[in-house]
Amino acid sequence: MTMDLLTLIVLLPLAGFVLNGLLGNRLGKGFVSVVGCGLPVLAFCATVQAFLQLQASQGAALAETAYTWATVGDFRFEIAFYFDRLSALMTLIVTGVGSLIHIYSTGYMKEDASYARYFAYLNLFLFFMLLLVLGRSLLVCFVGWEGVGLASYLLIGFWFEDPAKAAAGKKAFITNRVGDAGFLLGMFLLYHALGTLDFDAVNEAFNGPVAPAVSASLVGVLLFIGATGKSAQIPLHVWLPDAMAGPTPVSALIHAATMVTAGVYLVARLNGLYLHAPEASQLIAVVGLATAFFAATIAVVQTDIKKVLAYSTVSQLGFMFVALGVGAYGVAVFHVYTHAFFKACLFLGAGSVIHALSGEQDIRRMGGLAKRIPITFVTFAVATAAIAGIPPLAGFFSKDEILWFALASERGGSPLLWAVASFTALMTAFYMFRLLWLTFLTPSRMDHETEHHVHESPFSMTGVLIVLAILSAIGGFFHVYHFLEPVMPMPAESEALEHLKLPLIFFAVATGLAGLALAVFVYRGGLGRAEQLQRRFAGLHRVLSGKYYVDELYEAVLGRPLHWISERVFLGLGDRALIDGSLHGLTGLAQRAAGRLSRVETGNLQFYVLLAVLGVVASLAWMWGHG
Amino acid sequence: MDRTQLLLTLSIALFCLGLVGVMIRRNALVMLMCMELMLNGVILSLVTFAERTATLSGAVLVFLVFVVAAAEIAIAIPIVLLLSRQRHTLDVGAYSELKG
Repeated sequence: MTMDLLTLIVLLPLAGFVLNGLLGNRLGKGFVSVVGCGLPVLAFCATVQAFLQLQASQGAALAETAYTWATVGDFRFEIAFYFDRLSALMTLIVTGVGSLIHIYSTGYMKEDASYARYFAYLNLFLFFMLLLVLGRSLLVCFVGWEGVGLASYLLIGFWFEDPAKAAAGKKAFITNRVGDAGFLLGMFLLYHALGTLDFDAVNEAFNGPVAPAVSASLVGVLLFIGATGKSAQIPLHVWLPDAMAGPTPVSALIHAATMVTAGVYLVARLNGLYLHAPEASQLIAVVGLATAFFAATIAVVQTDIKKVLAYSTVSQLGFMFVALGVGAYGVAVFHVYTHAFFKACLFLGAGSVIHALSGEQDIRRMGGLAKRIPITFVTFAVATAAIAGIPPLAGFFSKDEILWFALASERGGSPLLWAVASFTALMTAFYMFRLLWLTFLTPSRMDHETEHHVHESPFSMTGVLIVLAILSAIGGFFHVYHFLEPVMPMPAESEALEHLKLPLIFFAVATGLAGLALAVFVYRGGLGRAEQLQRRFAGLHRVLSGKYYVDELYEAVLGRPLHWISERVFLGLGDRALIDGSLHGLTGLAQRAAGRLSRVETGNLQFYVLLAVLGVVASLAWMWGHG
Repeated sequence: MDRTQLLLTLSIALFCLGLVGVMIRRNALVMLMCMELMLNGVILSLVTFAERTATLSGAVLVFLVFVVAAAEIAIAIPIVLLLSRQRHTLDVGAYSELKG
């Protein structure tokens, strides 16, 4: 049975998609819920089974070929799956958190008219995501990569009647395409040089005695461009905050816990390549750090509960890339793992708040919810503390490791990286506790009507929140990077800095607490102090709430010129002048010629006779002339 | 000028007379008559050549053409009659309705 287990994991959600997509509307919500949640849960069970087999075989990877796509020469394109410790962990996260979010969705989306379509898309997403993390070769991974992009597009634009939401979906898809071009080019280069795209073979080739005939850094940078698209790093981060237009569970699953970590997974998966690509690694660290920092500064001033979480996600992804850049691949995946729990919990908590307030998302019009929706509050608080790095919650462990390796890794760690990352961690704690206080603890700023309707969410939602909160609390005790060490070696740590390790842990804790204290100080009494600060630093506030005007910049530098070229050159010159012009010219010519010729048809019988006679005379003359 | 030449010249003259008549007159009846004139010119040349080559078939053919011409005019005259009943005119210009 080993042979089919991985294929089964992948195919279960696909079956859910087909069943829900074809029959869902006819068989009703009960059927959709059972199929939509049941199959992911089954996939999770199958993953656990595969995981146990992996453990039983002392970590020897499971591999199976589901289908041979095409054979070209002596190269076979196969849909093959590969299950080592890294993909095992990712698959467990995807199916586990995925199943929880499916269950949550049954409560959250209960009233929606397109219930079946929603679950069909969600199952489709899970299918592609599993293809992405289980695929043995870059090719299968790429199919999954594109597929999750499609599912993400469909779900962001789920309420497509609203043009803004449909536009957000398009923006996400198009931005991702830019990254995908890099992914493709990297893949071409690798195939050209190595003749294989299997992850294990690629890693081995770069670790082998003979260096492959391709620059690891070039391939690394190209694939990283793909990763910046999917994982919303600068300069392709613009789509993720807009992606919050989708239903909140979708934001939790796709745009926080799983899909956006695909870029991290890709780099970690190809660690053999990136170990030999110091320039690419450096770029990754710098981009990651810049993203973490700038996204955190934007998150400080956002007022939409989901936008704060979105920028926080971008920032945390930046942290992961910092870890990847300094060679601490296991630590990056550790953060993926803890982040999946607490960020899913935060988003679902935000969903519960939005649900309670009948659609309100602006934290300036919230407050005082702690007593009204206590379960949501407690779970949200736990997850907030986890992301802020308060020990002993999950985020503390992973973030502390990232900070440590940013400083002490022999593969590019530096005090500057550490300092900026630490400051970003401080901001993280600040904006997260700001969110917590403004939403739950300050006096209520809701209007009367909304306040009257506040209600705790049903058990299908709160139950999931509780599970995720527990996981965010205790998840950090499972030290993923030790578990992953056989597939992803840890970088050497600087001996000279060894004595700093313990003080730095205390410093990190102090950072988190300082963020908490600062947030409490500013926001305890509501928005008053914050508004004073806002007036004092009006210019800065404008820049931050304008998100550094990156969207406007892209619009000016890319959007408008492209629009101009399309309008003037392609439409005006090409379509209108050249194609339409030549066609209209031809028809005009024919019409004019016909107009001239039609004058011959005078209706005058005598004239016709004259013409006939002339014709006869002419043909006679011709015959005479030619004997 | 020998006889053959004379007859052929007469035949051309008859034909051209008819042709000019068709071209310049607008009265349908007159045009028909002019067409008969053209036909007769042609028949005259046919007869002339038949006599000159002394072939019997030429003479027979002349009668055949006469019969055809008679049949043709027997159809053309009623058409003109019907037209004139419709519009009370024989001017062919009045019937140019198919002009685009």
